[in-house]
Amino acid sequence: MTPDVITVTHGVVGYDGRPVLRDVSLTVTAGEVVALLGANGSGKSTLIRAILGLVPLSAGTVTLFGRPVRRFRQWHRVGYVPQRLGAGSGVPATVAEVVAAGRLARRGILRPPGRADREAVAEALRAVGLADRAKDPVSTLSGGQQQRTLIARALAGRPELLILDEPTAGVDAVSQEAFAGALRDFTLGGGTVLLVAHELGPLRPVIGRAIVVHQGFVAHDGAVPEPAGHHAAPDHDHVHPHGPEEPAGLWSAR
Amino acid sequence: MSLFQYEYMQLALVSALIIGLTAPALGIYLVQRRLALIGDGIGHVALTGVGAGLLFQTSPVIMAVIAATLGAVVIELIRERGRTSGDLALALLFYGGIAGGVVLVGLSDSTSANLNAYLFGALSTASRADVATIAVLGAAVLIAMIGLRPALFAVCHDEEYARVSGLPVRTLNLLLAITTAITVTIAMRAVGVLLISALMVVPVATAQQVTRGFRSTMAAAMALGLFAGGAGIWMAALADTAPGASVVVLAIASFVTVTLLAAGWRRLRRTRPQPAPAPEPHEVVLGGS
Repeated sequence: MTPDVITVTHGVVGYDGRPVLRDVSLTVTAGEVVALLGANGSGKSTLIRAILGLVPLSAGTVTLFGRPVRRFRQWHRVGYVPQRLGAGSGVPATVAEVVAAGRLARRGILRPPGRADREAVAEALRAVGLADRAKDPVSTLSGGQQQRTLIARALAGRPELLILDEPTAGVDAVSQEAFAGALRDFTLGGGTVLLVAHELGPLRPVIGRAIVVHQGFVAHDGAVPEPAGHHAAPDHDHVHPHGPEEPAGLWSAR
Repeated sequence: MSLFQYEYMQLALVSALIIGLTAPALGIYLVQRRLALIGDGIGHVALTGVGAGLLFQTSPVIMAVIAATLGAVVIELIRERGRTSGDLALALLFYGGIAGGVVLVGLSDSTSANLNAYLFGALSTASRADVATIAVLGAAVLIAMIGLRPALFAVCHDEEYARVSGLPVRTLNLLLAITTAITVTIAMRAVGVLLISALMVVPVATAQQVTRGFRSTMAAAMALGLFAGGAGIWMAALADTAPGASVVVLAIASFVTVTLLAAGWRRLRRTRPQPAPAPEPHEVVLGGS
């Protein structure tokens, strides 16, 4: 039997007393590639944030690699890809500098970056097809290339589990293909993946199982459902606006 | 240059150079997280410490370090706890700080010229002991800002990602708050509490017009800060102006010069035939403001 990488047991999350996740249980085992599907506001992004310990559960438990998330410390085993890069602050940063942040979980904050770090950054950039942009400011990249930068940042830490929040939303076809390739390589290496998506597109063949979240409950857990109605149309635009999730603090990055 | 044979001028120059190097090294993180004006607020709080120091005849610099650090930690705690009253709480803290400082200075035997020295900096106020304090604290801030650059960059660039990387986000936030307080207070003698924020922010704003990466921006901003600090003291000595104002005027002059040169350079390149590769289509270029 393969070990559980993620478990959520009767998870409940609410913002300001308004329940977002009502009673969610799921398990992801090692080597699986699981897609979290659901409409906007269904709670799938919140579920991901609860799994990562970014929002507290009001009831239930989350474990990562068999440990309760509150006491989980081996963050180098997890690679997180947020929905998008925070709004540019004006201070330039190169693609390589952003990707290098992915090494911190492995290296710790006191040790200066070494050769192994530089090699991992270069390899991650190659994996997403951005090796030639390493020295460019991230702000000059297209939306899809910025998304690939974030995936490279997660890959640079050589994680065992990748958690991605809508990695393909609003991303051009070239970037989607590059992303699907990187994901395939990652799973061939034995990695586990949990990703939130509106549409699977070129990712469809990589996905092993789908969990559909609807109004805070798990509505489906099993085979990937076939798209229906206008969602199946090839020209359907799946990019939707996203509401603010948390107020930005004074000292917090935006 | 003969003015610099006097010890007080040498001390003023040394402290301005230390601050010119340190302030932008910290300021780049504040700019990155859109807190460009936080140094100004903490400066207001530091003034209460100055007043207390003058009133109780203890070192105003040490008292200012304590007051500003307490203020910075309170600001960070307000930030963590809530969202609604944060803005108002900050305003109370800032105005309370400057009003408390002015009242305390008034209660002590000090003159208004003395207060002015803390508001806008003065050449003659720094003693050897002050400069030693500035050097030690400045070196500590500089080592932290450069040594922890990857971690601080990660926290300021994407705080959630930093959290998921297992970084001690709260500790790093408090470190930034406290080093801001320290930098404000050590810069107080040379630049003054009302202008110190400029030295944290303006060199960064200047550097980022021409740089491409975070590291190069930091290096260029530190070089610009060093120049503004040194040349500002020289100008203050020659023209008998307030040193803080002279340093900031030079920093802003650098900003205007670099902005104009960069704009001219871009225009020059645009009029020439574009070399390959062509730029991205306008619609897909994000950020870059």
